[in-house]
Amino acid sequence: MSALTKAELAEHLHTELGLSKRDAKDMVETFFDEIRGCLRENEQVKLSGFGNFDLRDKRERPGRNPKTGEEIPISARRVVTFRPGQKLKSRVETYSNAKAREA
Amino acid sequence: MTKSELIEQIASRQSSLSLKEVESAVRLILDDITDSLAQGGRVEIRGFGSFSLHYREPRVGRNPKTGDAVPLTGKYVPHFKPGKELREQVDASRSLGY
Repeated sequence: MSALTKAELAEHLHTELGLSKRDAKDMVETFFDEIRGCLRENEQVKLSGFGNFDLRDKRERPGRNPKTGEEIPISARRVVTFRPGQKLKSRVETYSNAKAREA
Repeated sequence: MTKSELIEQIASRQSSLSLKEVESAVRLILDDITDSLAQGGRVEIRGFGSFSLHYREPRVGRNPKTGDAVPLTGKYVPHFKPGKELREQVDASRSLGY
Protein backbone atom coordinates (compact mmCIF):
# COMPACT_ATOMS: atom_id res chain seq x y z
CA MET A 1 0.00 0.00 0.00
CA SER A 2 1.42 3.42 -0.91
CA ALA A 3 1.71 6.12 1.74
CA LEU A 4 -1.02 8.66 2.38
CA THR A 5 0.19 12.15 1.38
CA LYS A 6 -1.02 15.75 1.46
CA ALA A 7 -2.23 15.42 -2.14
CA GLU A 8 -4.52 12.53 -1.22
CA LEU A 9 -5.81 14.27 1.88
CA ALA A 10 -6.68 17.32 -0.24
CA GLU A 11 -8.36 15.16 -2.89
CA HIS A 12 -10.45 13.51 -0.19
CA LEU A 13 -11.51 16.89 1.27
CA HIS A 14 -12.61 17.83 -2.24
CA THR A 15 -14.60 14.66 -2.99
CA GLU A 16 -15.96 14.05 0.51
CA LEU A 17 -16.75 17.58 1.74
CA GLY A 18 -17.07 19.39 -1.58
CA LEU A 19 -14.33 21.94 -0.84
CA SER A 20 -12.89 23.48 -3.99
CA LYS A 21 -9.56 21.95 -4.99
CA ARG A 22 -7.88 25.21 -4.06
CA ASP A 23 -9.50 25.37 -0.61
CA ALA A 24 -8.80 21.70 0.00
CA LYS A 25 -5.10 22.13 -0.77
CA ASP A 26 -4.86 25.27 1.40
CA MET A 27 -6.72 23.53 4.20
CA VAL A 28 -4.23 20.65 4.33
CA GLU A 29 -1.25 23.04 4.21
CA THR A 30 -2.71 25.26 6.93
CA PHE A 31 -3.51 22.29 9.15
CA PHE A 32 0.09 21.05 9.34
CA ASP A 33 1.46 24.59 9.29
CA GLU A 34 -0.56 25.58 12.38
CA ILE A 35 0.59 22.53 14.31
CA ARG A 36 4.20 23.19 13.32
CA GLY A 37 3.88 26.86 14.29
CA CYS A 38 2.59 25.92 17.71
CA LEU A 39 5.39 23.42 18.34
CA ARG A 40 7.91 26.00 17.19
CA GLU A 41 6.67 28.25 20.00
CA ASN A 42 7.24 25.43 22.45
CA GLU A 43 3.53 24.79 22.90
CA GLN A 44 2.11 21.27 23.11
CA VAL A 45 -0.67 20.28 20.65
CA LYS A 46 -3.43 18.03 21.98
CA LEU A 47 -5.78 16.42 19.46
CA SER A 48 -8.24 14.40 21.49
CA GLY A 49 -8.71 10.85 20.26
CA PHE A 50 -5.78 11.16 17.89
CA GLY A 51 -2.84 12.03 20.11
CA ASN A 52 -0.58 14.69 21.60
CA PHE A 53 2.48 16.29 20.10
CA ASP A 54 4.79 17.08 23.01
CA LEU A 55 8.15 18.83 23.26
CA ARG A 56 11.12 17.58 25.24
CA ASP A 57 14.36 19.34 25.99
CA LYS A 58 17.24 16.87 25.86
CA ARG A 59 20.54 17.49 27.58
CA GLU A 60 23.84 16.91 25.83
CA ARG A 61 24.85 13.25 26.02
CA PRO A 62 27.79 11.18 24.84
CA GLY A 63 27.42 9.58 21.43
CA ARG A 64 29.49 7.71 18.93
CA ASN A 65 29.93 7.77 15.20
CA PRO A 66 28.54 4.31 14.34
CA LYS A 67 30.92 3.96 11.38
CA THR A 68 34.21 4.97 12.95
CA GLY A 69 33.47 4.36 16.63
CA GLU A 70 34.74 7.85 17.36
CA GLU A 71 33.18 9.48 20.43
CA ILE A 72 31.28 12.68 19.69
CA PRO A 73 28.87 14.42 22.05
CA ILE A 74 25.20 14.65 20.95
CA SER A 75 24.36 18.30 21.56
CA ALA A 76 21.49 19.50 23.74
CA ARG A 77 18.32 19.82 21.68
CA ARG A 78 14.56 20.16 21.70
CA VAL A 79 12.61 17.32 20.10
CA VAL A 80 8.99 16.59 19.20
CA THR A 81 7.43 13.40 20.51
CA PHE A 82 4.02 11.99 19.65
CA ARG A 83 1.85 10.13 22.15
CA PRO A 84 -0.99 8.37 20.36
CA GLY A 85 -4.43 8.81 21.88
CA GLN A 86 -6.73 6.05 23.03
CA LYS A 87 -8.82 5.90 19.86
CA LEU A 88 -5.83 5.75 17.52
CA LYS A 89 -4.13 3.11 19.69
CA SER A 90 -7.20 0.90 19.79
CA ARG A 91 -7.76 1.18 16.02
CA VAL A 92 -4.17 0.07 15.42
CA GLU A 93 -4.57 -2.69 18.03
CA THR A 94 -7.43 -4.10 15.97
CA TYR A 95 -5.01 -4.31 13.04
CA SER A 96 -2.48 -6.12 15.27
CA ASN A 97 -5.11 -8.68 16.23
CA ALA A 98 -6.15 -9.23 12.61
CA LYS A 99 -2.49 -9.77 11.68
CA ALA A 100 -2.05 -12.23 14.55
CA ARG A 101 -5.03 -14.27 13.34
CA GLU A 102 -3.56 -14.43 9.83
CA ALA A 103 -0.27 -15.81 11.13
CA MET B 1 -3.32 24.08 21.74
CA THR B 2 -6.37 21.84 21.65
CA LYS B 3 -8.33 20.58 18.66
CA SER B 4 -10.98 23.29 19.00
CA GLU B 5 -8.31 26.00 19.24
CA LEU B 6 -6.63 24.56 16.15
CA ILE B 7 -9.95 24.69 14.30
CA GLU B 8 -10.44 28.35 15.27
CA GLN B 9 -6.89 29.23 14.23
CA ILE B 10 -7.31 27.61 10.84
CA ALA B 11 -10.73 29.22 10.32
CA SER B 12 -9.25 32.65 11.03
CA ARG B 13 -6.67 32.05 8.28
CA GLN B 14 -9.06 30.41 5.77
CA SER B 15 -11.60 33.15 5.15
CA SER B 16 -13.25 31.18 2.34
CA LEU B 17 -14.26 28.40 4.75
CA SER B 18 -16.78 28.52 7.58
CA LEU B 19 -15.91 27.29 11.07
CA LYS B 20 -18.14 24.28 10.44
CA GLU B 21 -16.32 23.41 7.21
CA VAL B 22 -12.95 23.68 8.93
CA GLU B 23 -14.25 21.48 11.74
CA SER B 24 -15.34 18.78 9.27
CA ALA B 25 -12.07 19.09 7.38
CA VAL B 26 -9.95 18.66 10.51
CA ARG B 27 -12.00 15.64 11.52
CA LEU B 28 -11.60 14.12 8.05
CA ILE B 29 -7.83 14.65 8.00
CA LEU B 30 -7.40 12.98 11.40
CA ASP B 31 -9.77 10.14 10.44
CA ASP B 32 -7.88 9.55 7.19
CA ILE B 33 -4.55 9.32 9.01
CA THR B 34 -6.11 6.98 11.60
CA ASP B 35 -7.72 4.79 8.90
CA SER B 36 -4.48 4.53 6.99
CA LEU B 37 -2.56 3.39 10.07
CA ALA B 38 -5.39 1.05 11.11
CA GLN B 39 -4.93 -0.71 7.75
CA GLY B 40 -1.21 -1.06 8.27
CA GLY B 41 -0.31 1.86 6.00
CA ARG B 42 2.00 4.85 6.35
CA VAL B 43 1.40 8.59 6.16
CA GLU B 44 4.06 10.92 4.76
CA ILE B 45 3.62 14.65 5.15
CA ARG B 46 6.50 16.54 3.56
CA GLY B 47 7.97 19.19 5.86
CA PHE B 48 6.08 17.82 8.84
CA GLY B 49 6.86 14.15 9.35
CA SER B 50 5.64 10.61 8.84
CA PHE B 51 3.35 8.27 10.74
CA SER B 52 3.93 4.54 10.63
CA LEU B 53 3.51 1.45 12.77
CA HIS B 54 6.19 -0.03 14.97
CA TYR B 55 6.04 -3.68 15.98
CA ARG B 56 6.29 -4.66 19.63
CA GLU B 57 7.52 -8.22 20.19
CA PRO B 58 5.40 -10.62 22.25
CA ARG B 59 6.51 -10.56 25.88
CA VAL B 60 5.57 -11.78 29.31
CA GLY B 61 3.87 -9.04 31.27
CA ARG B 62 2.75 -9.00 34.87
CA ASN B 63 -0.52 -8.22 36.51
CA PRO B 64 0.57 -5.29 38.67
CA LYS B 65 -1.92 -6.21 41.41
CA THR B 66 -1.23 -9.92 41.77
CA GLY B 67 2.24 -10.21 40.24
CA ASP B 68 1.01 -13.08 38.02
CA ALA B 69 2.79 -13.54 34.69
CA VAL B 70 0.54 -12.68 31.74
CA PRO B 71 1.61 -13.57 28.19
CA LEU B 72 1.24 -10.55 25.88
CA THR B 73 0.98 -11.04 22.13
CA GLY B 74 3.01 -8.97 19.68
CA LYS B 75 1.33 -5.77 18.58
CA TYR B 76 1.68 -2.70 16.44
CA VAL B 77 1.81 0.81 17.89
CA PRO B 78 1.51 4.14 16.05
CA HIS B 79 4.78 6.02 15.64
CA PHE B 80 5.53 9.57 14.48
CA LYS B 81 8.90 10.62 13.08
CA PRO B 82 9.25 14.39 12.76
CA GLY B 83 10.49 15.56 9.36
CA LYS B 84 13.70 17.52 8.86
CA GLU B 85 11.98 20.90 8.65
CA LEU B 86 9.95 20.37 11.83
CA ARG B 87 12.99 19.02 13.68
CA GLU B 88 15.12 21.97 12.72
CA GLN B 89 12.49 24.62 13.43
CA VAL B 90 11.64 23.20 16.84
CA ASP B 91 15.27 22.96 17.84
CA ALA B 92 16.01 26.45 16.51
CA SER B 93 13.22 27.83 18.72
CA ARG B 94 15.13 26.60 21.77
CA SER B 95 18.02 28.92 21.03
CA LEU B 96 15.58 31.79 20.49
CA GLY B 97 14.52 31.36 24.09
CA TYR B 98 11.00 29.93 23.64
